[in-house]
Amino acid sequence: MSPQPKRFAQRLNLREGTVDMTHGSGGRAMAQLIEELFMQHLDNPLLRQANDQAAFDVPAGRLVMSTDGHVISPLFFPGGDIGSLAVHGTLNDVAMAGARPLYLAAGFILEEGFPLADLARIVASMAAACNKAGVAVVTGDTKVVERGKGDGVFITTTGVGRVPAGVNISGDRARPGDAILVSGSLGDHGVAVMASRENLSFDTRIESDSAALHELVAAMVAVAPGIHCLRDPTRGGLATTLNELAQQSGVGMQLEETQIPIKPAVAAACELLGLDPLYIANEGKLICICAAEDAEPLLEAMRSHPLGADAAQIGQVIEDPQGFVRLRTAFGGQRVVDWLTGEQLPRIC
Amino acid sequence: MKYIDDFRRNDLAQKLARGIAAAVQPGRDYQLMEFCGGHTHAIFRYGVQDLMPSNVHYVHGPGCPVCVLPIGRVDLAIALARQNLILCTYGDLLRVPGSGRTSLLKAKAEGADVRMVYSTQDALHIARANPQRQVVFFAIGFETTTPPSAVALKQAKAEGLSNFSLVCNHVLTPAAIHGILHTPLPGQLAIDGLLGPSHVSTVIGTQPYVPLAQTYAKPIVISGFEPLDVMQASLMLIRQINQGRHEVENEYTRAVSAEGNRKALALVAEVFELRPSFEWRGLGRLPDSALQIRPEYAEFDAERRFDLPQQPAEEVKGCDCPSILRGIKRPSDCKLFGSVCTPDNPMGSCMVSSEGACAAYWTYGRFRQEAA
Repeated sequence: MSPQPKRFAQRLNLREGTVDMTHGSGGRAMAQLIEELFMQHLDNPLLRQANDQAAFDVPAGRLVMSTDGHVISPLFFPGGDIGSLAVHGTLNDVAMAGARPLYLAAGFILEEGFPLADLARIVASMAAACNKAGVAVVTGDTKVVERGKGDGVFITTTGVGRVPAGVNISGDRARPGDAILVSGSLGDHGVAVMASRENLSFDTRIESDSAALHELVAAMVAVAPGIHCLRDPTRGGLATTLNELAQQSGVGMQLEETQIPIKPAVAAACELLGLDPLYIANEGKLICICAAEDAEPLLEAMRSHPLGADAAQIGQVIEDPQGFVRLRTAFGGQRVVDWLTGEQLPRIC
Repeated sequence: MKYIDDFRRNDLAQKLARGIAAAVQPGRDYQLMEFCGGHTHAIFRYGVQDLMPSNVHYVHGPGCPVCVLPIGRVDLAIALARQNLILCTYGDLLRVPGSGRTSLLKAKAEGADVRMVYSTQDALHIARANPQRQVVFFAIGFETTTPPSAVALKQAKAEGLSNFSLVCNHVLTPAAIHGILHTPLPGQLAIDGLLGPSHVSTVIGTQPYVPLAQTYAKPIVISGFEPLDVMQASLMLIRQINQGRHEVENEYTRAVSAEGNRKALALVAEVFELRPSFEWRGLGRLPDSALQIRPEYAEFDAERRFDLPQQPAEEVKGCDCPSILRGIKRPSDCKLFGSVCTPDNPMGSCMVSSEGACAAYWTYGRFRQEAA
């Protein structure tokens, strides 16, 4: 019997090699990249079928689907990287319907010249995030763009999940009198990324809160299936997310600044840079709006989960045809917490 | 944060509020101009107005470097950025509209190499890293940001950095206050006292304000930017107004002295000199109100190194930024405010900068207007 012919003459050089245009050409080099890198880390029976799609049984009930493109600079930051972020971001979007995520699809756009070692690190991080969350990447796609036409790596992930019976969570369901809860401290992710991007050094290391929230959501839905709204305050932070919910539901919000959890190191970094932590991105926090009587049981359930240990009620929904989100400041005044305009920019002096 | 939180304490604010309520005389209004956008921002962000008696009013002044930059200078920055060089500047300036509704951010989207920096050191670093390209730092700001610009020019000279230059738009606070108080339109400007910017005074001290307070018979209190600072300084102003005094007092004693930072002042004097005349948005051309680079540093002066347009540009029709900057009108008096002019679609500079009066009204105080 003759030995199995070698599929590839040489193994990928994952230590010093770089992405080149052949890795996206659909030929042998792309097959090798998929087999020796992507499959190596993300292996599962559905992905290994190597079809252009994943075929799976559909569970009874309502399915939710969400997609999210991930572009971030730098690709690696304290507490995470674009790989884990691409998994957490989409899982959380699925989870914010109260759903349990089932499957992920991942599309990679790679820039010619990107080090394979960094790509391997990113894919390994995706795999670790998937394993921890109990979710598999079951189909994917790879494209390569010429040098200078990308930013290293862009990752788009699409997730599918199932909503338990009796759960109906939507951004238009906030009602006056509802309680507004957050699962923990705000601004950690945005400040961690900004600090590494701008090479700013702070005495205290600030880590991203990037995490998959579906287990926390499952614990919350178990005690209060009637939750009205859930949303993860990513880009634009708490302020933008609450403005979205206020507009969708046609209500106003009244927040209490003293109740909003913000770590001292994050508050200090924001102070230094002239930024408002209410507008800073989070990747492992959620906002929950629920009937007032559900607030305490929900807070208890959240606090008994590691990702909700610092959960707090930060305000309540009020009647307001103008849809203003207001904040009673710690100082004793009142102000609007408006939509974010453009990007937050550091002040001049 | 400990040293900051102490200046935001609710219990102390309530105590001060009671003190102010007891100090104000019923039947008279107190118009206090906060010169600096940092104060405007603090007043709105913390809701300071809610703790003040109804007859104490804050009038928002021109002290925002972005707001007072005339459109012609924004046009100049955009023209520079389009000359295949690297233009570095502070973040807020990127969104300011120049003529034809363009901005540095739009120029960047069209291909210009515009980079936001946090400090002059970042700009120097970019110049060192790109020796084959010209790097221009578009410097703006009051006395607070001038010493770092002086340091950058000294460093560039010492290192022989031939690809670095600076456009100097540094302006002077006392000259602007003089401009506001000296030429008010009759009956329109009613300011009883001024809150002076503390960060500026950490550099220049309190002395430069003494002639202004005396000449125009207006009390000036140098105030920190924390909300308790603003309230304490307001109380000091109210007391002076009640007593008919017009002195320069210092609320920010933790960092400001009468004579200022002599080392920084010497550094600035070594690199910069008075510009005979400079155009301010809203205040027009003011003599001796800005700085320019000394001849000894001419090789680092981008205005000499590059061929730049210097023509004045017209304000957007209907935009009341000039009157708002002078304290003659409030943002809500402007016909464009909130209709066509919002932070997402700014017509004038007061709506662009986060420290501009219009942006502060819109971002933090809009609900008051809706309720009124």
